[in-house]
Amino acid sequence: MNVPTMASLFAEGKQPEVLFWVGCAGSFDDRAKKITKAFVKILNQAKVSFAVLGTEESCTGDPAKRAGNEFLFQMQAMTNIEVMNGYEVKKVVTTCPHCFNTLKNEYPGLGGNYEVVHHTTFLKQLLEEGKISMEGGSYRGKRITFHDPCYLGRANGIFEAPRELIQKLDAELVEMKSCKKRGLCCGAGGAQMFKEPEEGKKDVNIERTEQALETQPEIIAAACPFCNTMMTDGVKNKEKEASIKVLDVAELIADAEDL
Amino acid sequence: MYLIFFMITYIPNIVFAIFLALGIGYFTKNVKKLIRNIRLGKEADVHGDKGQRWKNMSRIALGQTKMVVRPIAGLMHIIVYLGFVIINIEVLEIIIDGLLGTHRIFAFMGGFYDFLIGSFEILALLVIIAVVVFWIRRNMIKLQRFIKPEMQGWPKKDGNLILYIELVLMLLFLTMNATDYQLQQMGAEHYSKAGSFPVSQFIAPLFDGMSQGTLIVVERSAWWLHILGILFFLNYLYFSKHLHILLAFPNTFYGKLKPNGQFSNVEAVTNEVKLMLDPSADPFAATTEDDEEPGKFGASDVMDLNWVQLLNAYTCTECGRCTSECPANQTGKKLSPRKIMMDTRDRLEEVGKNMDANGGTFEPDGKQLLDDYISREELWACTTCNACVEACPVSIDPLSIILEMRRFLVMEQSAAPSELNNMMGNLENNGAPWPFNQMDRLNWAQEA
Ligand code: HEM
Ligand code: SF4
Ligand code: SF4
Repeated sequence: MNVPTMASLFAEGKQPEVLFWVGCAGSFDDRAKKITKAFVKILNQAKVSFAVLGTEESCTGDPAKRAGNEFLFQMQAMTNIEVMNGYEVKKVVTTCPHCFNTLKNEYPGLGGNYEVVHHTTFLKQLLEEGKISMEGGSYRGKRITFHDPCYLGRANGIFEAPRELIQKLDAELVEMKSCKKRGLCCGAGGAQMFKEPEEGKKDVNIERTEQALETQPEIIAAACPFCNTMMTDGVKNKEKEASIKVLDVAELIADAEDL
Repeated sequence: MYLIFFMITYIPNIVFAIFLALGIGYFTKNVKKLIRNIRLGKEADVHGDKGQRWKNMSRIALGQTKMVVRPIAGLMHIIVYLGFVIINIEVLEIIIDGLLGTHRIFAFMGGFYDFLIGSFEILALLVIIAVVVFWIRRNMIKLQRFIKPEMQGWPKKDGNLILYIELVLMLLFLTMNATDYQLQQMGAEHYSKAGSFPVSQFIAPLFDGMSQGTLIVVERSAWWLHILGILFFLNYLYFSKHLHILLAFPNTFYGKLKPNGQFSNVEAVTNEVKLMLDPSADPFAATTEDDEEPGKFGASDVMDLNWVQLLNAYTCTECGRCTSECPANQTGKKLSPRKIMMDTRDRLEEVGKNMDANGGTFEPDGKQLLDDYISREELWACTTCNACVEACPVSIDPLSIILEMRRFLVMEQSAAPSELNNMMGNLENNGAPWPFNQMDRLNWAQEA
């Protein structure tokens, strides 16, 4: 795995085409790190010129902002913007829809103007440019249901890129009863990830997992590290982890390509 | 002598003019109040593509595009909406007739007039059907979204009252036409043949055998009750979720244009953060522009919200589409985005009444939107998923109010749940919501 940092490339006087924004989950969470690595393998395979910020990256501030702490958010944002502008970053790709949304929509107002793409859109472009090929392989005919991350779908209108990728695997894409614009949240957004839920009948991730199980999938595909955690927990709660996997779209592709 | 004669002949016209003036006068008074209350809100960012705004208004409000996401309710509503708007063309004639003492003054349009009256009648019948379906949905099928806790009491009554009013208005309209039709057949003086009555001709037999005098009384009563009903309805709007029939238009016009996921950046914070990060910045440069009071962060009461959010509150139809899509509500949490909107409106009304009672200024009443109306438990249950925003057929954004109130809790009161305080502490110290060291951020690259 080849993971150049912005700092090392800069020292060599080089500038990558795209910055891969890894995000906190992608950097620290054991499950999410697998997604990060799968994505890097694809980038390596496709010979994409990229780099990461590494230890110079810091949380985008999304959970602070959604929790109401605008100060902390803007502190984070301005610090990150200073770093990125220092490296003259033009394009950013990220595997986290929360980072994606924040970088794309909320950073420009604070002086951070970049072309920001989510990794599913990026992968779709690589495919269209012929830089990666996906010949289905182990996923041919598998029943896969896709869970729309709120911050990718409803928040930013990206519904098709992940679905097209799944279909390219020759898999059988099955939709849950609430999907796309009406997709149900996994329960992690708005900083809920970091706290116990309020009192209720049920946890949101269980409700969503039940919807997913209704489609009788072999795989639940996600495109967000937080959704991934929530759905994985949901599947465990239902004691289905032996028969149903929760995988990121990047992992599906890396697997299919046998990377 | 002449004056008395004049008075007697014109009594109906004068009475009509008085009712009309009273009806419109009281309505105008309430509209002024409405505008005043909405203006209590802070400035809102409503810049951006005007063309897009017009487009949104014509698509979402005029074109009802988001209503039909729920096909039955959507279709029924389109009937009521179109029916109401179109039948009200007839009200113009009724007002002129009432003021001038004429009868069906537009009858000179001949065939076209017949066509108009005919279509109004068919629409009236459709509206009756739709209203009955609405009533059944509310009272017999008991759809989930109509029986949530926030719908108890007045909101429930209001929902049904509107349906009764619409029903009665339509029935009066048809009765008026049916008796008119009978009178026309009889060749009664003043009732010249005009209009076509595809629906009311079937009601007309009910009045067979009545004398001309009785028929005239019935016809006149229906005519009067119908127009008085409309004036009542007009004035009922302000006190009802039915205000949406007017406010849906400005509300969709001023709806959010940015991507749903984009939350506003607080400018006052930007200025302070810039100062903190760059000590050499001129501390006065940022403050000269708005040297009003330092302002508080977030919202604890309605005056802290912006005027679009307050307009949202008055526009809410209490349909509960937001609540039925809300993940928190679906899983039994207290949060209901509809309740957020209803609470905001109720509190705003309370503030408005307070101002009325105190000569136009608000006297602190020891209450506020936070805690007295909206609990912290509700606010913290939100996943910011935007399902409510997406679901709202009139472009209301309950999430923006939730966020504004969280901002108050966190930035003014440091009153976040303790786990969130931990998360934010980590974020501040390590640049991640978990207690990991920023220096370890690239360790994954070394792991297999
Ligand atoms: C000007 C004429 C209008 C009339 C007479 C009218 C009438 C009604 C009535 C009677 C209801 C209650 C239905 C029930 O009992 O569930 C209702 C609900 C509603 N109306 Fe209107 N309306 C008008 C305009 C509009 C406009 C322009 C919009 C914008 C899209 C709108 C959006 C709604 C919504 C969202 C509901 C909630 C009911 C549901 O979920 O289906 N209305 N309206
Ligand atoms: S944004 Fe909050 S209030 Fe709206 S639907 Fe999602 S969880 Fe419910
Ligand atoms: S906010 Fe919108 S969706 Fe929710 S009840 Fe009001 S009108 Fe209906």
